[in-house]
Amino acid sequence: MGKNYWISDKPLVIQEVVDLVTRRNAGAINTFIGTVREFTKGKRTLYLEYEAYKAMAEKKLEEIGHEIKEKWPEAETAIAHRVGRLEITDIAVVIAVSTPHRADSYEASRYAIERIKEIVPIWKKEHWEDGEHWIGDQKETKQGIPAKGDASK
Amino acid sequence: MNQILFFAGLREQAGEESIELDVNGRSIGELKQTLSSRYAIDKVKESMAAVNEEFVQDEEIIKEGDTIAFIPPVSGG
Repeated sequence: MGKNYWISDKPLVIQEVVDLVTRRNAGAINTFIGTVREFTKGKRTLYLEYEAYKAMAEKKLEEIGHEIKEKWPEAETAIAHRVGRLEITDIAVVIAVSTPHRADSYEASRYAIERIKEIVPIWKKEHWEDGEHWIGDQKETKQGIPAKGDASK
Repeated sequence: MNQILFFAGLREQAGEESIELDVNGRSIGELKQTLSSRYAIDKVKESMAAVNEEFVQDEEIIKEGDTIAFIPPVSGG
């Protein structure tokens, strides 16, 4: 693999991500696995499509790793995010953080997923039985007016 | 010349993944204005911008050869 942060159009292998942070002085490896959910507030998702600005997304994932290193100097982080068409239960993202003690690994892992949702240029499109919609674009464009599909966000 | 990239809903509105424009010396804010008024790509107004893969503000001045990407609100994870 050669690097700890990547975007892939192939199914993610959890063990590959975990292996990147496995080391002798770790007492904990926390893994977060983000998967495709079928129902959101009662609305059924058929499948998702993820798109990324790959070069920048990988840079931003790495930047999250640097931020984690500043906050938790002993943490090692690896993150993989998938793009393309994903079916229900498929894995969209895998985060692995190893630290000497468990509390830091939980916190750093949570930090990573929250930052992904803020700064990494990746988008998902929900496909429903009655339509499709890019998620993330309704909040700013339709201030105060729920756009079609908002209920399912 | 500058390459301008569009993603997700913005790409669909633009009908293109990328276009080439000479916007050397213009600001990101001015480019947003041009894209929305002349090309009817008004979703750029709600998008963040990146120059050469780094986020920038509207005041950023574009240089020759810069790649500009418009980043609609993200939804990864």
